[in-house]
Amino acid sequence: MTKKRMPTVIVVGGGLAGLSAVIKLCENGCKVKLVSLTNARRSHSVCAQGGINIAINLKNEDDSPIIHAYDTIKGGDFLANQPPILEMCMAGPAILRMLDRFGCPFNRTNEGNIDFRRFGGTLYHRTAFCGASTGQQLMYSLDEQARRYEVQGLVERFENHEFLRLIKDEDGIARGIVLHNLFDLKLQTLKADAVVVATGGPGVLFKWSTNSTFCTGAANGRLYMQGMKYANGEFIQIHPTSIPGLDKMRLISESSRGEGGRVWVYGNSNKKITFPDGSIRPCGVTGEPWYFLEEMYPAFGNLVPRDIGAREVLNVCNQGLGVDGKDQVFLDVSHLPKEKQYKLEAVLDIYQKFTGVDPRKMPMKIFPAVHYSMGGAWVDWPAADDPDRMQRFRQMTNLPGCFNIGESDYQFHGANRLGANSLLSCIFSGLVAGEEVARYCEGLDKTYEDIQENIFSDSLAKEVKLQDELFNKKGKENIHELHEELARWMVKNVTVDRNNKDLALTLDKIKEIKERYENIELSDNSKVLNQTYVFAHQFKAMLELALIITKGALLRNEFRGAHFKSEFPERDDKNWLKTTIATYDESKDEPVISYEPVDLRHLDPVLRDYTKAKKVQPELKNVPNNIKLPL
Amino acid sequence: MSIDKEKTYTLKILRGVSGNQYYEEFELPRQSNANVISALMDIQKNPINKQGKKTTPVVWEQGCLEEVCGSCSMLVNGIPRQSCTALIEPYIQATKSTTITLAPFTKFPLIRDLFVDRTKMFDALKKVRAWIEVDGTYDIGTAPKIGPEVQEALYVLSTCMTCGCCSESCPQTNNRSKFIGPAAISQARLFNSNPIGKFTKSKRLRPLLEEGGVSDCGNAQNCVKVCPKGIPLTESIALIGREATKQALRDIFGLADK
Repeated sequence: MTKKRMPTVIVVGGGLAGLSAVIKLCENGCKVKLVSLTNARRSHSVCAQGGINIAINLKNEDDSPIIHAYDTIKGGDFLANQPPILEMCMAGPAILRMLDRFGCPFNRTNEGNIDFRRFGGTLYHRTAFCGASTGQQLMYSLDEQARRYEVQGLVERFENHEFLRLIKDEDGIARGIVLHNLFDLKLQTLKADAVVVATGGPGVLFKWSTNSTFCTGAANGRLYMQGMKYANGEFIQIHPTSIPGLDKMRLISESSRGEGGRVWVYGNSNKKITFPDGSIRPCGVTGEPWYFLEEMYPAFGNLVPRDIGAREVLNVCNQGLGVDGKDQVFLDVSHLPKEKQYKLEAVLDIYQKFTGVDPRKMPMKIFPAVHYSMGGAWVDWPAADDPDRMQRFRQMTNLPGCFNIGESDYQFHGANRLGANSLLSCIFSGLVAGEEVARYCEGLDKTYEDIQENIFSDSLAKEVKLQDELFNKKGKENIHELHEELARWMVKNVTVDRNNKDLALTLDKIKEIKERYENIELSDNSKVLNQTYVFAHQFKAMLELALIITKGALLRNEFRGAHFKSEFPERDDKNWLKTTIATYDESKDEPVISYEPVDLRHLDPVLRDYTKAKKVQPELKNVPNNIKLPL
Repeated sequence: MSIDKEKTYTLKILRGVSGNQYYEEFELPRQSNANVISALMDIQKNPINKQGKKTTPVVWEQGCLEEVCGSCSMLVNGIPRQSCTALIEPYIQATKSTTITLAPFTKFPLIRDLFVDRTKMFDALKKVRAWIEVDGTYDIGTAPKIGPEVQEALYVLSTCMTCGCCSESCPQTNNRSKFIGPAAISQARLFNSNPIGKFTKSKRLRPLLEEGGVSDCGNAQNCVKVCPKGIPLTESIALIGREATKQALRDIFGLADK
């Protein structure tokens, strides 16, 4: 009897989502080739500070995964399909137990249980955390397990390599990828039975974001140009609290507010501002601290969802109330007791390291920044009780055999992500992919060995040609200046406060930059670690994402979650409760936009109101009784 | 355009590839909040050296820029550190010099300019089996409870970013020695202190008894001084040293692993 063939799967991206998939795939009898721009251990997931939401009701608040699902659906302003959210929240407690067994050092109560804190958009203590570097610690735990499989020969790492192209056979089925080695730009193909993409968000296209420098979104942009549908691109989360810097916007975690941090500016009773209830009131008392979020949102106070927090900070600054006359407000933890400050040590250290000011004594100065993309690759999700559940594959894109997970998919956060939900969605979608990809490989009629060699060599030849073309560009434009120009337009017009006139101008601007891109000249012609070349290659794909984001925003005439237009200040469920789908058409100069309905089978839309505190015991409808968690 | 010397500073950067390294200087305007990374980004955008000659952008490794990923290690004025937290103005104030020198790490293979290949640090993690031997991802119960004090100790050890500052500063790490380095030894301590990890502690100690293991530490104590995360590396080395000796004795007498 011959030994059963082990499928080979390529996982692109070594953050939380990618590593979760790697581990699950190995457990399910697959061999994995892990491709990452950097050592997996350095992926952007390390930046997540605050924690991971898991509803295990440790504080006896009658919390449950159902309420967690309710908060997540509502927090996302009903734009997300509901079945994946329900299952994600239900899987939470088991994911926590798994991470605990992996040795992840979660903070503890005196009894030795995992401790929980409060985060934005919920009234429950639901966030487990490791100091203030939770993402880093979860990443390490998963990277260690992946290394364990690597030693067993199941994982082969291609770190410092970059995905460039999906290889599809005559039937359009994914059979491998083309990648280059960042150290010498050598192009090669990798063959596989399936490809999982877990490449994170596109924050770098806004340049001044909280994202790591790897987070260009280029992989998704390249896949989009190869026919992958991209969904809800216009939903970009702005985090209300970051430290403005010359090189990046550094996040100050929501946990600083979860532990009692307060946002304020000096008041000015001569100025008036519109409150969320529509009343026009004075901006606090002149010369005294004005805790505007607490006054505007008495129930949630400083812990309103991120889009609301960011917008109110901007409004207050637009009134001229910014600290030192600049676009910044105070985030104050100086009044907190020592134990609370200690829990935030890593966050407070970051502030001190990068500003030289001790936030334990002086309030921090912060401003909103681009943080997370709710939108991403469109992926499928047959629900547990759908009749065709086993004929379809969860987390698979419209390109057969190509899956997408983590921040780079669109699945779990709708129009706005709640703090500490991203670590959960990354791990959950990775584990789901680990199950689904293994099942997909099992059902394949042909394996990659059956595919003719020219399929691979043709794809490689296309990339060789593109490399030559890029090196031979001899124009006048500077790629980094184009990037800054794009970023300035995007930050100004396509973030917190949008309007149709400026969005239309931005769309034209991106097209202009796209034309000018053809006239760049690289300032470096070496093949050895040529970062200018690598970035120029990525920038082409980033421009496509910029078009998707901007056009989606221009068309969507309503206010929903992170997407706010002053001329359309209400959510419009009648016309806009639908998912945006962007499709690439080479013959057109902008994305083709279509829409599809949102799966609302568990909860009817309600108003997203954070001005009143109301703990509800929500009932979710149509909950299947055959849900099988991926662990 | 003349540049006011009072308002500028110089970055002196050791560039090039292995066997062909050279210094190149860049003059940049002083601005508050600038760090080494923002300076390198400025050079990248407009690669003109101090002589006014067009050159290539400087190559360096970077990631989170928040000192949690460990990417941007380099020598700043000769000291290994993360360059994202290296603020320009405090350097100028402290050294009374407007020249800051950047150089790549010397204990790892050089790729180009400030970028080195630290793969061997990750290989070392394989050697000491820096993971918990779990039975799988499936929901097969909870891990043992851990008190807050133990958790804090584990957390500190677990903040190691594999940045390599410790090895770079260590006189025992060089191309003639096989010393595994402080980071991996401290990771062995982390997993041996975990209530599940300690079941396989012998498997982590034995590789450290081999050539290049814990006894190669010369006790220079440089590592602990440069660790950006304040990890008690020398304490880890001492502790693992004692444990490894006990393990060696147990192995001599053929006692079962505990």
